Amino acid sequence: MAIITADVPAPVVASTSRVRGLQCRECGQLYPRAPMHVCELCFGPLEVAYDYDVIRRMVSRESIERGPHSLWRYRDLLPVTSDRVVDSGAGFTPLLRAENLGRALGLRNLWVKNDTVNPTFSFKDRPVSMASSVAAYDFGFDTLACASTGNLAGSVAAHAARAWMRACIFIPADLEPSKISGASIYDPILVAVDGNYDDVNRLCSEIGDLYGWAFVNINVRPYYSEGSKTLAYEVAEQLGWRLPDRVVVPIASGSMFTKIHKGFRELSSLGLVAAGNVKMVGAQALGCSPVVTAFKEHTHDVRPVRPNTIVKSLAIGNPADGYYSVKIVEETGGDLEAVTDDETVDGIRLLARTEGIYAETAGGVTVGVLKKLALRGAIDPDETVVAYITGNGLKTPDAAAGVLAPPLHVAPTLSAFEAAYKDLLARTGA
Amino acid sequence: MNVRVRIPAPLRQATDGAAEASVQAAPLSAALGELETQFPGMKGRLRDDAGALRRFVNIYVNGEDVRFLQGLDTDLKAGDEVSIIPAVAGGA
Repeated sequence: MAIITADVPAPVVASTSRVRGLQCRECGQLYPRAPMHVCELCFGPLEVAYDYDVIRRMVSRESIERGPHSLWRYRDLLPVTSDRVVDSGAGFTPLLRAENLGRALGLRNLWVKNDTVNPTFSFKDRPVSMASSVAAYDFGFDTLACASTGNLAGSVAAHAARAWMRACIFIPADLEPSKISGASIYDPILVAVDGNYDDVNRLCSEIGDLYGWAFVNINVRPYYSEGSKTLAYEVAEQLGWRLPDRVVVPIASGSMFTKIHKGFRELSSLGLVAAGNVKMVGAQALGCSPVVTAFKEHTHDVRPVRPNTIVKSLAIGNPADGYYSVKIVEETGGDLEAVTDDETVDGIRLLARTEGIYAETAGGVTVGVLKKLALRGAIDPDETVVAYITGNGLKTPDAAAGVLAPPLHVAPTLSAFEAAYKDLLARTGA
Repeated sequence: MNVRVRIPAPLRQATDGAAEASVQAAPLSAALGELETQFPGMKGRLRDDAGALRRFVNIYVNGEDVRFLQGLDTDLKAGDEVSIIPAVAGGA
């Protein structure tokens, strides 16, 4: 029988907890793990703080490769601490060599991260996997809520269903019908707000203070946003455990952009890849490009704008992580560029006809910006470049519908087909 | 005149838990000054060492971001509602 005496000091052991708590990104103040997102001292955003010495001892390329074919293979690098998670099978989406698109743009080593094939057809399933798991099993919330430009709505509603939680979703009233139905199908409480996304977000911030809900992009945002790091982990692993030279990423609030950067940095510092710099390129729609404007005006002061673009998923006029996004672009020698709505539609079509991938409007912005930079000679043709395609085209079918060739309409006879086909060849010169 | 100021949860340590305050002064800069006098902990939370509003503090008057109005010079009238809101993420 062990004899316990009061005067024997407890043995000093190395910490085994990966997650130290939350830390203010501005002033460094530490907080315990809790559903909160703002520093009470300086209003700065809170981030999950890890003990990387603990993680270094837990993680190797082999331990990750033995994991599931989903983002949960990187669980040791993520902020969940409960044994249970809300597993929708999100992540580990294809990284495809894009030879045809590369040829069109004069890039010899171009890849597309096809994140359109997630459970609810956008990258949002990554952060929401974190937010729902932490909300349900670490903090015991019964309601999952969000303000959404569309993609987040569907993802939150679906993950709430899977976690057997209630969902309460706030969207701008003018959202695309396919995004509304793509959320309604999971039977959430859906609130359409007369205003733009920034209005919805402000309202939700005030609602969040009153109701005890887990707002994925507000009070559980520090955990939520970490999910986007897996977009970096996967690309590095799929390239054979090496960093790309450059990535092109769409920017709305800048959250995904900053977390992809963080993911690459973590892999370097943990020794999972050879250290290197990834040039971070941010893509915005010209009708809502406050981060691009700040970069071009050489300021870190991102001034809010009123969005006017068909690219609803990027229509955030007051981007919370805009400031950090500009700094990352400067630090990595990256770039920030915007494209018009017409160039966005061209980008959607270019990706579809060269690589067989149907992207939503944000993907059109990414490809449009990639094209603009490539044709300008701003990208070395031999660089390993990855374009992140983060949402599925079936969410925004109207974007390109007006410019697509109509089908050949024929009577059910061989002669009718042959006449129409001959006419087509004559018209297109094929 | 009376202007309501909605206090977000992260700032309520400074207001002893109160979710709302009331100020008389205008324009917005004077109203914030009055708020900071009422609640001495408020100033360091809202402003940096140089006295400028911190980067992640967003202020709205009747739901409108003051950066679309006249910033800290935005005039206030009786019945107006001022909201102080931290930056929040989302989108894409």
